[in-house]
Amino acid sequence: MKHVIVIGGGVAGMQCAAELAMQDIKVTLLEKKSDTGGKVRGWHKLFPTFTPADEVLSGLRHKMALTQNITTKTGCEATTITPQKVTLSTGESINCDAVVVATGYTLFDAHIKEEYGYGIYDNVITSADLEEMFNKDDVRMKDGSTPRRIAILHCVGSRDEKVCQRHCSKVCCVTGVKQAIELKQMYPAADVFNFYMDIRMFGPGYEEMYREAQQKYNVHFVRGRISEVSPNIDNRLQIKAEDTLTGRPLKMGVDMLVLLIGMKSNDHNASLKADCGLQCQNSGFMQPKDSFLHNTESNIEGIFYAGAITAPKNVAEALNDGATAALRVKDWLNKQ
Amino acid sequence: MINFGFTINKPRTIDLNRNNLNKSNEVIREMPELQTCIGCGSCTASCTAGNLTDFNFRKVHTLVRRGEYQGAYEEMNKCMLCGKCRLVCPRGINTRGVVMLIKRKLGDF
Amino acid sequence: MKRSSWTDYQKDIADDHYYYARSCIRQNFFPGSEKVFLNILGKDLGRDIFDDPLHTSCTGIGYHSDVVPLETIMAVVARQFSLMSDAGYENFTSSCITSFGIYTELLATWEEFPETEERTRENLYKATGREFKKPKNLAHTSDVIFHHREAIAQRAKRKLVNVYTGEPLKVVEHIGCHYAKIFPKSGIGGSEFPYVLAGMVESWGGELVDYPERRHCCGFGFRNYLVQANRGYSISNSHKKLESMAPYKPDFIVCNCPGCSMFLDKWQYTIAEMDGTTYGQNGQGIPVLTYEEMAGLVLGYDPWELGMQMHQVDVEPLLDKMGVEYDPSAKYLGRNGKYLGRPEPTAVNSYSSRDTRYFIKQ
Repeated sequence: MKHVIVIGGGVAGMQCAAELAMQDIKVTLLEKKSDTGGKVRGWHKLFPTFTPADEVLSGLRHKMALTQNITTKTGCEATTITPQKVTLSTGESINCDAVVVATGYTLFDAHIKEEYGYGIYDNVITSADLEEMFNKDDVRMKDGSTPRRIAILHCVGSRDEKVCQRHCSKVCCVTGVKQAIELKQMYPAADVFNFYMDIRMFGPGYEEMYREAQQKYNVHFVRGRISEVSPNIDNRLQIKAEDTLTGRPLKMGVDMLVLLIGMKSNDHNASLKADCGLQCQNSGFMQPKDSFLHNTESNIEGIFYAGAITAPKNVAEALNDGATAALRVKDWLNKQ
Repeated sequence: MINFGFTINKPRTIDLNRNNLNKSNEVIREMPELQTCIGCGSCTASCTAGNLTDFNFRKVHTLVRRGEYQGAYEEMNKCMLCGKCRLVCPRGINTRGVVMLIKRKLGDF
Repeated sequence: MKRSSWTDYQKDIADDHYYYARSCIRQNFFPGSEKVFLNILGKDLGRDIFDDPLHTSCTGIGYHSDVVPLETIMAVVARQFSLMSDAGYENFTSSCITSFGIYTELLATWEEFPETEERTRENLYKATGREFKKPKNLAHTSDVIFHHREAIAQRAKRKLVNVYTGEPLKVVEHIGCHYAKIFPKSGIGGSEFPYVLAGMVESWGGELVDYPERRHCCGFGFRNYLVQANRGYSISNSHKKLESMAPYKPDFIVCNCPGCSMFLDKWQYTIAEMDGTTYGQNGQGIPVLTYEEMAGLVLGYDPWELGMQMHQVDVEPLLDKMGVEYDPSAKYLGRNGKYLGRPEPTAVNSYSSRDTRYFIKQ
């Protein structure tokens, strides 16, 4: 029986492991954290259908349990990777016949955009923090009161040379619209403003959701990037932006500011490049062999990619990647 | 008062804390589709009046939605109600209706 | 305010042996501040600081108003460094924020474009026969005070506390654009949440006010102010800041930059005359202090020795709040007891004229 190591237990890794296992391949799934599920574990509902994130994860866990072929090792990181062997941070090494790297991405650290005062002003939160609040069904301001006016800022840590993140993180626009709708469902009397640069509704149902946010939920959209956040005398946050459609500066007080933080490549990718000979893109994401026919293969035979390790991806794309990588691995193993 | 030869400029910021959004909310309530504007500028590009004057429908209705009513009524009077903008709007907004609605709501301004 | 981020911006500040470069604006409008800085460093803290009569303006005002070309200012700055080496110093500290910005900018330019440094060396040698070494350490004088803030707190005679209520004084701090907005790493706390003055205020018992326009420029803007017709831009910015901070009822403003101190102080008079608006307690204006004056008051210096009679907005209400003892009749006496003349009373300069308790010695 062939043995494949899948590094990273997020949705792409889980999908890939399950698909391989069903092809009678022995799989070791390595996860850094104490449980599988990756970033989706912290998410409440997924756009554009408002599917509970848990539903996707339990579906994947169920699929993984269909065979006895998967061994999941949590709490361990891979340090060096070759197609035949993966060395763990514990010093242990595991032999294998192929490797799938599905270590995903890192959420942009909002502290770096100092002008937004994340970590300094209580009611400046990130989209990930908001999902956590949704999960606890407890979206409130720090002092426990109900927000009456909420601003959501797009492109925090995306399309921003100043923080070396030139790429578009792709999912934030949709997340911003989704979260605006959820906030309006929770607090119909609140005003929700989206501050955007471009609204990129690239997937099925996204544009429709955007329109629903505008027409049904009365979510406001202002085209302009928030330039700075400061406290007001009434303890609200004052935000400044240009309303670019009217060509005038705009300011307002809000109770809560949600920063839609982008997807950043893992710092670890640099060592994949240096120590394992894998190729990186300028954005820091790993470089697949090509963008079309071999987009889940690396430049090294026997090492494969799945999910947001190669570029920002939404959950559905990561799942597709996981399945595709499994097929490619199987093809490759058959050829050996 | 002393004349120093210069003045203290008035801020041109749109201040959403100060602006009274009641009229704006009324406009949106009567015509919620106006909210779906994506600012593409098709209306202004095809506008008969806008080709002859500095009338900019997109800008005026956006300002009205932000509670900036000053001059909006007079601006909307420049519209010739030809309806070209309604033909081109990708969001299907009844733009001519918006012009009439804003004029009706803001006649006092 | 949770200013945790300031610790990410650490900079080396020399502990002793400073070469001091004065500021054009500060020595004209707040001459006591520079004097007291030398005293605090030399006498109170026992540090070696050299005040060199040979050094000149950095010509930053001319540079930022498009009068002095880049090559010229580079040569002038190179000469200052050369004087520093001659005097046997390696740590350069400048009193002016704009100078500090210039020195930082030029050192960075020379680093990035070594050919400009070569050309500067040539130009300086041709013009003066001098050569220069770059400073080992460059700091603004507020950095130096910040560095010694705990030593000053230990020697404090007074705190930034309202003696009537026992509450900390509410302080607005204003940093000055050229301190860290050009190179955020060159300032303590970076450009968004600078800590250089905040650290002093907190160490000396005051409370900081964070208000919506805290980061906004004072409006000086060099060519904005220097051309009369553009001065409206300049005053509008100070006006915006004052309007924004007024609801917080600050006890005083402390400035990092000599230009900002001057404009936030003097524009209060102009605004009062132009549209009748006055700020501060009883409309007497919000006193504007330099950090040297603030340190001087904490260390127990006499306010007139600190040069606080030079302010547009009267400082007496603040001195009373801090429990500073002062001789009202000595306000307009210069050093050696010479009468300086007194300003015409105005809306924001009415404290002494309204108060007839004393007679000014002439």
